[in-house]
Amino acid sequence: MKQADFVNIVMPFKDKVFRLAKRLLVSREEAEDATQEILLKLWKNNKKIEDYKNVEAFSMTMTKNFCLDRLKSKQAQNLKIVHSNYTDNNSSLQKQVEAKDSVDWVSKIMEDLPEQQKIIVQLRDIEEYDFAEIAKMLDMNETAIRVNLSRARKTIREKLTSTHGYGIK
Amino acid sequence: MDMVLNNIEELVEKYNNAETTLKEEAQLKAYFLSDDVAPHLEHYKPMFQYFLESKKEQYTKDVPLNTKKTKLYQWISVAAVAVLMLGIFIPNWNSGPKTLADYTPEEQKLYLETKQALALISNNLNQGLQGMNALDMAGDNFNKGMGKANYIAVYSNTTNKLLKN
Repeated sequence: MKQADFVNIVMPFKDKVFRLAKRLLVSREEAEDATQEILLKLWKNNKKIEDYKNVEAFSMTMTKNFCLDRLKSKQAQNLKIVHSNYTDNNSSLQKQVEAKDSVDWVSKIMEDLPEQQKIIVQLRDIEEYDFAEIAKMLDMNETAIRVNLSRARKTIREKLTSTHGYGIK
Repeated sequence: MDMVLNNIEELVEKYNNAETTLKEEAQLKAYFLSDDVAPHLEHYKPMFQYFLESKKEQYTKDVPLNTKKTKLYQWISVAAVAVLMLGIFIPNWNSGPKTLADYTPEEQKLYLETKQALALISNNLNQGLQGMNALDMAGDNFNKGMGKANYIAVYSNTTNKLLKN
């Protein structure tokens, strides 16, 4: 496979890889690094790619695994200093004040969701994949995906409703 | 309008239970991104707005197929510069102490011991050389022997001639 062919295959979904990476790693820089490494890995496996029916789904699975691994090793590194660090106790009200507006506030709410739910919301509500595709990407059954998605959507709604009650917009 | 609102309320309920189809979700998105959202549903607006905005984010860097190599080359050049620097500075470090007196007693002792050891080795080497001389002499004698053998050959020739006669 030539580089140009590879780029043509990867082009349509590289932004999706990047957005999923950013959803999990939060910082833009880290997400860019992750995307680079994932694309490189794909390129190195380019002979195998021709065998995959769905390169996009394969890439999204790879992105998920790569970012979760990265988070794990980050957590392992931070474990020692976490006790002297009280920013974790940030109340949602505090975070809400930090958010520039209500749309920004949604991104903060998303940051607090469990990883699994973040991924599912990202794949469904933002990237608009159907449940069968998400099931394949995450190696989960559709029912489990719906349960997680419903929990995430309800959490976001509840936090937004309470914000709305405070009159912060 | 009420019909639409009823429909939307139903869809929102289904949406929260993760039972909506992609088509229905598209309907919801269109509704919440419009300007006339019912006041009691308004708190959903930022969520759908956020989803829409998030999808616009793009990976703006190049697709990096050769970065590994260039990174390696960068490191090689760094290493080369480091080696050069060492080459420039190490001679200066060595130009410090020059005579035996400049070294510490331990170093002097070590030096003398080393010197002795080297002298011993060179002595043995010389003895070995003497052995070589003996061999050389033997070689000389051998050559003399060969000369004598030649005489014998000549002698035997003449005896053969004598016998023929």
